[in-house]
Formats: sequence, C-alpha cells, structure tokens
Amino acid sequence: MTSLKPVHFLNGILSLALIAAFSSRAGAQDVPDVGPHPPQPLKAMESHIGNLTGHSKDAASDYRRYCAGCHGELGDGQGENTVWLDPKPRDFTMATFKCRSTPTGTLPTDEDLFNTIGRGLTNSNMPIWNTFTRQQRADLVAYIKTFSPRWEKEKPGDPIKIPAEPAVTMESISHGKYLFTKLECWKCHGPQGKGDGPSAATLTDSKDNPIRPYNFAAGKDDSRFKCGSTNEDIYKIFITGVDGTPMPSFGDVIQPNDAWDLVHFLRTLQVNRHGKENEILKAAGWKIPTYVEKQSSTNPAPANQTTGGGN
Amino acid sequence: MHVWRQSRIRKKLPFAMPFLTVAMALIFVILSASPAANALPAFARKYGLRCSACHESWPMLNYFGQKFKDNGYQIMNDRDAPIWQNPSYWPVTFRILPIWHRVSTGKVAVDQGSGVTRITSSGFDLSGLDFHTGGTLEKNFSFYVLPSSDPNASFHFETVMARLDNLFGSPWLNLKLGKFELDNLLSEKRILTLTGNGGIYQLYHFIPVNDGNIFGQMGDNQLGVELMGHSYNDRTRYSAALLSTSDGAPGLIYGANSYSGFFAASQAFDAGKMGVDRIGFYAMLGQAPTTWLTAGGPNMPIGGSGIGNKSYHREGFVGQFYFGQHLDLQVVTQHGWDNAWFGQGYGDLVDQLNGQNNAPGTVLPVGSRAPSWNGVLFEPHYVYSPQLIFIGRFETIRMSQQANGAGYAGPAGPSASNLGNISDYTIGFRYNPFMTSRAGFAWHNEYNWLHQDGTSPTGTNINTSELLMGFDFDF
Repeated sequence: MTSLKPVHFLNGILSLALIAAFSSRAGAQDVPDVGPHPPQPLKAMESHIGNLTGHSKDAASDYRRYCAGCHGELGDGQGENTVWLDPKPRDFTMATFKCRSTPTGTLPTDEDLFNTIGRGLTNSNMPIWNTFTRQQRADLVAYIKTFSPRWEKEKPGDPIKIPAEPAVTMESISHGKYLFTKLECWKCHGPQGKGDGPSAATLTDSKDNPIRPYNFAAGKDDSRFKCGSTNEDIYKIFITGVDGTPMPSFGDVIQPNDAWDLVHFLRTLQVNRHGKENEILKAAGWKIPTYVEKQSSTNPAPANQTTGGGN
Repeated sequence: MHVWRQSRIRKKLPFAMPFLTVAMALIFVILSASPAANALPAFARKYGLRCSACHESWPMLNYFGQKFKDNGYQIMNDRDAPIWQNPSYWPVTFRILPIWHRVSTGKVAVDQGSGVTRITSSGFDLSGLDFHTGGTLEKNFSFYVLPSSDPNASFHFETVMARLDNLFGSPWLNLKLGKFELDNLLSEKRILTLTGNGGIYQLYHFIPVNDGNIFGQMGDNQLGVELMGHSYNDRTRYSAALLSTSDGAPGLIYGANSYSGFFAASQAFDAGKMGVDRIGFYAMLGQAPTTWLTAGGPNMPIGGSGIGNKSYHREGFVGQFYFGQHLDLQVVTQHGWDNAWFGQGYGDLVDQLNGQNNAPGTVLPVGSRAPSWNGVLFEPHYVYSPQLIFIGRFETIRMSQQANGAGYAGPAGPSASNLGNISDYTIGFRYNPFMTSRAGFAWHNEYNWLHQDGTSPTGTNINTSELLMGFDFDF
C-alpha cells in the first residue's frame, strides 16, 4: 500500500474541487429557475418615421386590443390564437423580422416595421392595419421594440441600395429564367413557381414550424408578396432574404442587373397577372428563349451594397 | 333583430286607440325586444382575431371592423375564401340576453281611479334570440342571414343578403341584394344600449303623432339593392340603395309600385394623436302609398294595391370624433319631412283599418300641412380599456311644423307646436371580463329616461324610464 504523499493529497483535493465546481455548474443548468417571475417593466422605446416619433407607452392599449391575441401579451408569439394559426405569429422577443430593407441578420428600420403594419402580410393572418393613424403605427413600432433587448444593444442595418429598374425585355426575362434555375429557386418554389418544389414539403422556419414557399402562380393582378407588391419589393426580398425562414439572402451572390432580370422572370410566373412581362411573353407566343451565358455582368458591384445612411 | 314599432305606436297614443292597449303593446315591445346587434365571433374564429380588433366594444364596430364589413367580411388576404377553413367551420353565432329590468311608464290610461296612472313593473326577463350566420361563399362573394325571434320563438328574417364584393377588382364597386341594414354610419344594429327606448335611435324611427308614414324608419332593415364603395383604406365611403317602400316587410304587401332611396357618404381624416375622425351625410327619400283598393268594405285594403304615392325625406349629418384612445363622440342630425297626406294618417295599412277616408277624390282638411322636424343625437363613449366602456346618449327631436297647424279644420283641431317632441337620455356601461376570439360576454348595466310632449291620454307629457342589468353574450 503506497503512502499518501502531500502532492497526491493536494492533487486529490484539487481534483475534487474541480469536479465539485463543474458538477454544481452542470446542476445549475439542469435545474430550471422555478417559481414565479415578476413581470419585467418594459423599457420605454421610441420609433422615428420621418418627422413622426412613436412612443411605446402610447401603444399599450392598441397592442392589447389588436395584436396580443396572436403575438401574445409578452410579444413572444404565444397569443391565445397562436395554436390555430399557420404560419405562426412573429415572436418579437427574437427581434427577427421577415420584411426588411436591411441586410440579413440585422434589425429592420423603424420604417420597415411601420410599413409592415400598414401593409399586412399575405399568406398569413396578419391583416392590413391601414386603418390606424400614422401616429398609432409609429407608437406600435416603438412598443414592439420593447420586447427584445436587441433594440437596445444593436442598431438597425443600413438599408440596401436598390438601383433603378432596367427596361423589361425578353432578354432580361430569359436571363432571369436562367438564374432561377442556376440559383435553384425552383427547388422550393417549383419549376412553375407554384410553391411545389421537391424541397417544399420539408421546409421549416427558425422555430421549426412547417412553412410553405410562395406560390407565384396563384396570384392575380392584386396579388401581394410577403413584403410588398411592387417589383422593387421583390428585388428587396431576395437581396435581404426573409429572415426566420429558409429564404436566404442572395445579396452576396447576385449582381444588381441580374437581380432585376430575376424579378422580370418571376413576374412571368404570375400567369394571371396583367403586366409588361407577360405582355412581352404573350407577344413571343409564351416561349422564353434559352439564355446564352455571357462572360460577366456589366456591373461588378454586389447587390447588397447599402446606402450607408442607416437609421 | 326585432323591428321596433315603438314609434308607430307612439304616434297613436293620444287619440287613435284605447290607451291601455297601447300601453300594453308598449310594454310588450319593451319586454320582447332583443337588442339590435351584429357581433359575430365566427369571424373572430375564422381569422384568429380578438373581438376587440373589430369592435370598439362589441357589437359596435371600430374603424377596422367597419373596413372588414365594407370589404364583404374579408380582411383581404388569401384566407378569405371558405376553402381555407377547416370543413367543420360553421359561421354561426347565437345571441340571447337574460336580464333583469324595471320599466316605469307614466300616465297610462286605466279603468280604475282617475283613469290615468303610472305603471311600474320589474322582473327577470329574456331578450329575443338571434342566429347570425355570415361570411364569404367564395372570395369576393359574401352573405349574411339573420333569423331572429322574439322571446316566444316567433321568427322572422331580419337580414338576408348576398353581396358581390370588389367588382372588377375595385373596392369602389360592391353590389348587395336582399334585406339589409341601411348604411348608417352609427349603426343601430350594433348599438351598445339595450333598453326599450335606449336600445334604438329615436331619430331612426321617428314618426310624428298621427302620421301614417311608417316607411321612413331608417333604423329598420330594408329590402332592396345597394351599391357601395370605399377607398382602399376605407377613409372615403359612399353608398346608394334602391329600396322597396315596405319598411322591410316581405310579400309586396304595401304599395303597388313604391320605391325609396338611401344615400350616404363620408370621409375620414387622420387626426394624429386624436385618432381617425369621420364626417358624412345621409339622405333617405322616396314615395309611399296613401290609398288602397279594398275588398269587403272600406276598411279591408288589398295588400299590394297601395296607390297615390306621396313623398317623404330624411337627411342629416354624421360625425365620429375621437379624442385620443379613450374618448369619442358620435353625432347624428336629422331633418325630416312627410307629405301632408301622411300627416293626416294616410300611408300604413293599419291606418286604413282605423277608418281613414279611402274614397277616390278625397281632399285633406283645410289647414293640413306637411309635418317636419329636426333632431340630433350625441353619443359619447369613454373606453377605459377594451374590456370596459361607459356609454351616454342624449337625443332630442323637435317638431318644426305640425300636420294640424293653425287653422286646421279637421275634427282633431290644431295641434300644439310641441306635440310629439322627444328627449331621450341613456347612460350605461358594459364590462367584458375576458377578451378572446371565441366568444363575447358583457355585463351590461343601463338606465334610460324618455320624455314625450303632449302624448298622454290627457294631452300632457309622458315620462318613461327603464333600468336594465343583464348578461349579454354570444358564441
């Protein structure tokens, strides 16, 4: 039997102490923080939309009246109706927003949220709240910002720059179709843009809820996209991405002119819509000629360049 | 909802009928009437919105609720068509109201004592029962059907309409056909008060004493067709309706060929921190029959044979003024005018049975004039929270010209200038203990006091009051 030397003794004590320390830390992670949590007072926030200043304290009643049923009193997307809704309401505590003018991963501008409230979100239960006054909407934007500490720690991203739209031509449509294939948009949105691509059934949002890709073909003249209805809105959607969904940002992989070409092609997938794109396609007998790949784009700047102004 | 006939009764109070019968009828109407309201949790269930999203306090619509209604019960997204709903979804809501109330009516004619006394009664009671069903048949095809009963389960169709929404893709063109509520900005069908006299807008039902024109009651649902339009955000609205002059009664039982029109328009303004304020106007004008073919005697009119159309009109302004999140004021004014023939009691079939001269070539007594009046109502609300609202109302109607004016040579003689004037006061509150998208429940408390000039059996004034408490719920 070996004797217990002092160095071994110290080693043993040290080891036990380390084990005890890690054990207690592990135990603290396993045991939830039980007991009532006192409601945290909401930090007053402001929003700035043009010359309007919104105050969170002025929106408490409106939020409860119009929003809390879906988004929850705590803004966590757990209102009493959430279980019945598809897609699920936004969880404001994550401060992840689909419709932004800012690069992926960044906070939206106040104006982005302001516009979303007034525009509503198609393919969801979010109504068009354009019955509010501008002041009400600005106040609600400020109120939404109280739910996440991100709004205190981070600034919104700089809005992306949207170059002027070039003319719609058969060539741009043809190139857009080429990009639609090359960028594998069809895998989710389907070859005809019906939202029935091979990956469509497997898609989930950032909270693991099933989510469907946009069906371009279902729309008519009054069709809207998730984040708007104009060509600029479509451009913005795939440059900024739709955060919280599988729709990524293509800002780093596509040139502005290419992005516009893709917009022009996507419009042709809206077969029931009357527009310049479909007029050109109709004149060509509904056939899009095969695009012959060129050497490079004329504009080397990345599409996700920002104005640098910020908010 | 019940079609209130109180005004029709009121006009006969002094002279035409035994007063006890009138009083009993009045009490019956008060006891049997259900509140006129359309609140449909079925819509909330469909869209997953709380009642408070569409209702300032249900059933009264707020601006968003008005837009939803104007869009044909659609929020204008891809979920409007019923194909999106679970097949088990059934857009039906029922509403009935258990209440306790105390009704006190002054100067009722009785056989005992001095012949006139105040009758006060109280007790537990029920309203009628409403079955609301409405929504979309397909995107931009909407409907509403409302069978309604009195407390004894005698049913009628209060609303039956189908609507083509957003014709040619434009919100400015919506066509409705059937029996429907007129486009009253301050809707009586969504009134927040429930007592017999406070549960209606007197302006919407006013008929001068002895007047025979029941057809100008713009608070009653009417049969006809309506073209309605609005801007994308509903700030600007208009409507034009062509109606059968029948006060909503089916079966072509009145005029052989009588039509009326109802027109309304309004504009809302963004008033910043005050809210969205709205002003507008309305006008109802038309023709109604005065004489009838008879069979079996002069008091046996043949339904649908009414001829001798005479004109009438009602017009006024409407204002909805919001003063921040808690306080608002609703205002309606009215100027009304009936042809002199109506002033002498011609018009309604019932009046024919009361022995009106129905012979061709009849002339009105000397001094017969076209009755006219002016009225206004103010209805302030204090919305403490989406769950608690305090309501007040002051309504007054003043005759500006009596049918039997100075020099009237008929048997009744000239009328006092204030005969039939009305002042009506209502206060109350509604407390909703919960707010969900599944059902509505309100603890309702209300007091109403009505004053009428010169309509008692002795020609003096009448005061009527009612205290009401109840549980107002729908599911």
